[in-house]
Amino acid sequence: MATTDMDLLRFATAGSVDDGKSTLIGRLLLDSKAIFEDQLEAVEATSEAKGYDYTDLALLTDGLRSEREQGITIDVAYRYFATPNRKFIIADTPGHVQYTRNMVTGASTADLGLVLVDARQGLTEQSRRHAVILSLLRVPHLVLAVNKMDLVDFDQEVFDKIHRDFTQFATKLNVPDLEVIPISALQGDNVVTRSDNMPWYSGPTLMHHLEHVHVASDRDLIDARFPVQYVVRPKSDEFHDYRGYAGQVAGGVLKPGDEVVVLPSGMTSKISKIDLFDKEITEAFPPMSVTVHLEDDVDVSRGDMIARVNNAPTPSQDIDAMVCWMTTAPLQPRQKLAIKHTTRTGRALVKDIAYRLDVNTLHRDQDTKELAVNEIGRVTLRTTVPLLVDPYSKNRTTGSFILIDEATGVTVGAGMING
Amino acid sequence: MTQTHSDYRLSQLDQLEAESIHIFREVAAEFEKPVLMFSGGKDSIVMLRLAEKAFYPAKIPFSILQVDTGLDFPEVMETRDRWVERLGINLVVASIDDAIKNGIIPDAAKISRNRLQIPTLLNAIEENGFTAAFGGGRRDEEKARAKERVYSHRDEFGQWDPKNQRPELWSLYNGRLHEGEHMRIFPISNWTELDVWDYIGREGIEIPSIYFSHQRRVFVRDGMLMSETPLNPTRDGEVVEERTVRFRTCGDITLTGCVESTASTIDEIIEEVAVARKTERGATRGDDRFSEAAMEDRKKEGYF
Repeated sequence: MATTDMDLLRFATAGSVDDGKSTLIGRLLLDSKAIFEDQLEAVEATSEAKGYDYTDLALLTDGLRSEREQGITIDVAYRYFATPNRKFIIADTPGHVQYTRNMVTGASTADLGLVLVDARQGLTEQSRRHAVILSLLRVPHLVLAVNKMDLVDFDQEVFDKIHRDFTQFATKLNVPDLEVIPISALQGDNVVTRSDNMPWYSGPTLMHHLEHVHVASDRDLIDARFPVQYVVRPKSDEFHDYRGYAGQVAGGVLKPGDEVVVLPSGMTSKISKIDLFDKEITEAFPPMSVTVHLEDDVDVSRGDMIARVNNAPTPSQDIDAMVCWMTTAPLQPRQKLAIKHTTRTGRALVKDIAYRLDVNTLHRDQDTKELAVNEIGRVTLRTTVPLLVDPYSKNRTTGSFILIDEATGVTVGAGMING
Repeated sequence: MTQTHSDYRLSQLDQLEAESIHIFREVAAEFEKPVLMFSGGKDSIVMLRLAEKAFYPAKIPFSILQVDTGLDFPEVMETRDRWVERLGINLVVASIDDAIKNGIIPDAAKISRNRLQIPTLLNAIEENGFTAAFGGGRRDEEKARAKERVYSHRDEFGQWDPKNQRPELWSLYNGRLHEGEHMRIFPISNWTELDVWDYIGREGIEIPSIYFSHQRRVFVRDGMLMSETPLNPTRDGEVVEERTVRFRTCGDITLTGCVESTASTIDEIIEEVAVARKTERGATRGDDRFSEAAMEDRKKEGYF
């Protein structure tokens, strides 16, 4: 099948070299032929120069000089591979607590999260934390890969205990779809090919699951949301009166004839046509980038949102959200920041930090006065402009925002709206 | 009217296209003066096509910038001119020769033209006041690129600080800049080499003829097949012979090697790419071969 017909799965992995994460990714890339000879040769040469007696596949994924020098993953790396029916984008993120922000970043666009545990150690604080973060970011599919089964003699009891422990822990989280798979990344058991060493396991291999997990239904096809990005006005003779609203559909299905409301103004109109480049289309759905035309000459500009008359987001200046803080100077009440939500930008005042969430235990620390770097907490904000928001649990596009330090211009926070 | 997919399914290539178009529109909306860095290679042609679609039926609302190394393939320049003509887009050429003549960069015969592209490019960005520059870099190309953001910040010296990149979440891009800084934008970050070829095939768009199989007089240097040209004299022991070749990338004619190939259509190229065992840069780009971190080092200085 050509890539023109394949579908797409974005998944995030977290962990350190110790969990066998790099070995696992290396194996997925090798077995799907996504690693080239010259890449493998370079890694082999470097491994040899470092005096290793094995090929360190982590060198494939640790891209920056400082990472190779320190032997750790410190940033999100994106990897690509494909099988005949599906293309995969891996957001490969570091596992340590001081890199929580990188994990949040990788998880923000993921359809599936892959958590690795070492079968010898069972569930650790780190694996629980990874599951918590994936659940907070509403990654709809979770895979717990119980790795290094070869080192516990492929013992079913070891696997069952980890499975039970995790299932029990996951009841406290939002995990709509969980798959637990016993593997050996090093030897390849249940990664791409079914293991002969674990006849007691009847579930899918990891690759089979990645290839077949159903992600199309994760999109919201009910609640139409169209943040206006750009107004297309050619001002040419041929397209003299052309006025189209360009954007990427964030939710629902838009059709010509739909009665719509433009927010925040509240003006109503009807969709007259929808353009996809030089063609008119009958339906637009996420994540299509299209140009929408309205019947009436209403005032619409960037930052506005087109929604259905009886199903629209709530304009609000008071935002209640879970915020992951991403910079060294802590987040404090009274702080002023820039906020970007869909295509709308404004300023925000931090009103209150209700609690800090301990991502290892889910404990809520209500005595906290601030959020340090890599901490996640419940924060209320007052914004200068109304934002057109949905709960993050309903829509990951209209429910998310970033916070920007106005002095440095740096992205300092990521928010997921409660509700 | 065209009927779209009744099951609301979007192929991965359509998803990539939608994401890239979103990025083009976001930049056009938020930056004062964007520019598209155009090399004439397949990746920059795909970018032009995406920009065309993003703003249609309006013209692309920014210029394109080409660094003229004086060592470009003539076929690439011809293709560039046809694209510029068809889209009615403004072309800015930053020439290395002019930059040397005007004393902007030193005339150091020992420095490769590839390196001289960096100050020439940075000077053109500064002189024209460009605040955002689209580049055709893909994350599958090279591991330093695997970690680069879609919006990649450059300080007032045009430098990239890989250890201090802004977090990039969801599809919320942060384009904040200080005076003198600019942003490099990589709208096809998530495309692979195969995606680019499939897209060129599907869209039926023109790319330089050197991508297709042709007869060429070549010689072997450092294990690569290089073109015979007065710009790149042969050295002792290098024998020129005619072979059936094509190029996998378009760069500086003195550094860009070709591969033996009979692939003369997009479909044949796709077939060849699908079974290729070497990365396109590793196989044919002298500029990436110097060290494991060659690309990272050039990128830090301000390379594409």
